[in-house]
Amino acid sequence: MEKRYVKDRLRRSMMFVPGNNPGMISDARIYGADSIMLDLEDSVAFTEKDTARLLVHNALKTIDFGKKEVVVRINDLASGLGVEDLEAIIPAGVHVVRLPKTDSAQDVIDCEREIARIEQKNGIPVGSVGMMAAIESANGVLNAREIATASDRLIGVALGAEDYVTDLKTTRADGIELLFARCMILNAARAAGIAALDTVFSNVNDDEGFLAEATLIKKLGFDGKSVINPRQIAPLHKCLQPSQKDLDKAYAVMDAIAEAQARGSGVASLKGKMIDRPVVIRAQRLIALAEADDPVEEE
Amino acid sequence: MELRKTGVAGTMESGDIMVTIEPRDQGGIAIALSSSVLQQYGRQIKAVITETLEGLGVTDAAVTAVDKGALDCTVRARVSAAAYRAAESKDYSWR
Repeated sequence: MEKRYVKDRLRRSMMFVPGNNPGMISDARIYGADSIMLDLEDSVAFTEKDTARLLVHNALKTIDFGKKEVVVRINDLASGLGVEDLEAIIPAGVHVVRLPKTDSAQDVIDCEREIARIEQKNGIPVGSVGMMAAIESANGVLNAREIATASDRLIGVALGAEDYVTDLKTTRADGIELLFARCMILNAARAAGIAALDTVFSNVNDDEGFLAEATLIKKLGFDGKSVINPRQIAPLHKCLQPSQKDLDKAYAVMDAIAEAQARGSGVASLKGKMIDRPVVIRAQRLIALAEADDPVEEE
Repeated sequence: MELRKTGVAGTMESGDIMVTIEPRDQGGIAIALSSSVLQQYGRQIKAVITETLEGLGVTDAAVTAVDKGALDCTVRARVSAAAYRAAESKDYSWR
């Protein structure tokens, strides 16, 4: 079966695009984000849910988003809007459905059941569409592990910080308020073998703050984060880009591995130190990241 | 699809089209279109409007459209939304 999504791919930046703004939707691919996330939830007024759904449906069917991953954030099923969102986007060709406000594994299972039903109804092989779960509450954070393993379709779990800090009875500050949630989500994602995606940084005029947050999530181990403005993409990619020193080391590791293999030896060493498997994995990841850093894709 | 009242969808923002659809008993589909690219694309935009309405089973309607450089898919989306609103219908056929 041909799946519409790739489980393991580069997801440094997922750019939110308001689902009721045709100008932004048609321009979305030019900004270099790894994933485009058309939004039917918070950026769409309640009275315009119908028009946004029709717009996203027609855009998915018509606009060529190139090699971008195309995600749609639906409304949660409990709102009464989510199922109609799925009906609109699945036959139109969405790659990945982002489920908001995921509090439990059951939320993922319920959404997956609807996706499978709609795939079947439309003659689409069941399992074609991917999912990602956004965790936005204390309950969701505590259930992160169960959520991350609730479906084979999941490509990642994401933190939605605005609702989360409200649930915690705090506000967004320097990041300390999100540390527990980030660590829970990251560990849940890694244990499940899927991507960990950080929340948005809402103040688009605070370049310094954005960079500090990007640096922090890189240190923690996140794959990437959501962005709300195209100007956040280039600094984010630059921040996630490995340093030349680390990259040189990674190439040296891979050269040493290749040399050992050529010799028929199973053991490689670099500057007198044996190269362990985790070192190789880190080197491969760094090189993949460095080589992928082309903001404007080649056609 | 039977139109019951006036339906409006879209905005006046760049890349969008604002569509108003009013029911009428006969006379087919009449379109009043204003667009900054009327000379180049007027005929195409009207064709997309007509085709979209016919696809929804609307045969008689008065359409007023103010285009701000919308792509065909946006025209289809806004015309459909205005028609569903005019018909007070939520019976979407997603295909």
